[in-house]
Amino acid sequence: MSSVLHVQGVELAVAQRVLVRGLDLAIGAGERWVILGPNGAGKSTLLATLAGVRRAQAGAVLLDGRPLDAFPVLELAERRALVIDRWTDPFAARVLDTVLTARFRFGGRDAEARERALQCLAELDVEHLQLQDVRSLSRGERQRVAIATAAAQDTPLLLLDEPIAHQDPRHQAWVIDWLRAQPRRTVVASLHDMNAAARLATHALLLDGRGGWEAGAAHTVLSAERLSRLFSTPVAAVQVGGATRFVAAG
Amino acid sequence: MTPRALPWAFALLVGAGVAMFATALFVGSVPLGAGEVWRALWQPGEGAVDTVVRDLRLPRALTAFAVGGLLALSGALLQALLRNPLADPYVLGISGGAAVAALAAMAAGASLAVVQGASMTGAFVALALLFVLARRALFRSEALHAEQATAGLLLIGVMIAALAAAGLSLLLALAPDGQLRSMMFWLVGDLGGATERGAAGLALALLVVLAVIATTQARALDLLVRGDVQAATQGVDVPRVRRRLVVVAALATGTAVTLGGAVGFVGFAAPHVMRLWLGNQQRVMLPASVLGGGMLVLMADTAARTVVAPLQLPVGVLTALLGAPLFLWLLVRR
Repeated sequence: MSSVLHVQGVELAVAQRVLVRGLDLAIGAGERWVILGPNGAGKSTLLATLAGVRRAQAGAVLLDGRPLDAFPVLELAERRALVIDRWTDPFAARVLDTVLTARFRFGGRDAEARERALQCLAELDVEHLQLQDVRSLSRGERQRVAIATAAAQDTPLLLLDEPIAHQDPRHQAWVIDWLRAQPRRTVVASLHDMNAAARLATHALLLDGRGGWEAGAAHTVLSAERLSRLFSTPVAAVQVGGATRFVAAG
Repeated sequence: MTPRALPWAFALLVGAGVAMFATALFVGSVPLGAGEVWRALWQPGEGAVDTVVRDLRLPRALTAFAVGGLLALSGALLQALLRNPLADPYVLGISGGAAVAALAAMAAGASLAVVQGASMTGAFVALALLFVLARRALFRSEALHAEQATAGLLLIGVMIAALAAAGLSLLLALAPDGQLRSMMFWLVGDLGGATERGAAGLALALLVVLAVIATTQARALDLLVRGDVQAATQGVDVPRVRRRLVVVAALATGTAVTLGGAVGFVGFAAPHVMRLWLGNQQRVMLPASVLGGGMLVLMADTAARTVVAPLQLPVGVLTALLGAPLFLWLLVRR
């Protein structure tokens, strides 16, 4: 399978602190990557770098074989969408209009765009909020609207920063299931929930925040031993109804 | 507001604008009939009626509309660009630069044309200063950094404005008594000097051009309102759009201030009124603000020169006096 995203020797630093050193990844089409790591390990920074809205201190990121810097902004918007964990809603706006902004790259605002936006809202279980002011939503609802917005951008690559951080248990599962049901999309998501990560991931990347990293197939990388070391806290793997669940001590 | 109701809203705005324009031509210290005004407009002669309509009321009404439209456009753009509902056309210090230069010219006893030239020059100097100091927000392409730079742009603008305010106070303290009254009028906003049909036409043309440029960027602006990262990942060239719209807003403010002084309130409130009424879709909001702002100043100026005629009030007093209650009613009724 050809790789959509090539990360070559990337170094990330925030405020002179090196978080990731010499990162090499080949993310293939249709794969679902999960990024795990302690707070401040550089997960959001890496996602922003993969999206091309932040430059790496060193190294290169290639999307479909071409460096991110070489893409015009509009062309990049055709290939990847980014869901961030922070929303700016300084003015009242309907949920539907917020999702419709994602159709910018398609030009006009027509009936088709509206239909697609409604479909994305429905897929994330926020269709009933379409006429409501975004500022009146709960954080969980607002986050699902943000995911629906990225979905409406219709890109083959979807980058998400902690997409279930504000979700209730039912909607955590909902979002993970939705991400799993995107066969034509490549997904890279940062998560804190190890079990959600195990359910979503085909591949995983662990960032320790001190420059070190580990990447590979999910079933090898996501082990109790590695996760314990990553989070500097004991993590046990327990069997619940035939499935493996990670439990952190403390 | 449903999309189907939008054409009606615009029809209402245009209709009200035309009615107000007609009123501005009819009323004043010399009451005129419809026939007289009509004849003076289309079959001009040399009579007193012709002078009143063609050389006094027409240029003044056109200028009033242009000034209001320009200020409202600038305010709407800056509120969106800075993501700050408190922004107005004067927030970035462009008008401050214009005011310092204009008042310095006035203190020196310069003619109206020189004062206007100075005002426009001052606006450009302030804009150049803003571009140099806020180059991070305006030229750097990394959205993640620009996010903080938006706040930087606002703070730098506010500081330029503060610097200009200090200059203004100094000028007012040092100016000869004979000039103080006209300087105060300028600071409040006054259209008493608007007697040039050509200048009024030029200002209207500029208003149309700037409004069209701004409206072509409306969809990018809709995204920019929601954050730099959001806009950049969805395909907006953030620094370029921001640069372009800052220049549009500065040109609008500079022109308006040159023509009518620092007319207050319109640039802040007209966009808010339109947003409350029609929602915050920029492609609707921007043209609606232009119409609403133009109308507000036209209405205020007609009142300013009639309520205590033959005395004339500075229009800036009336914009807030008429606009603030309307704004408050819109805010409180929901």
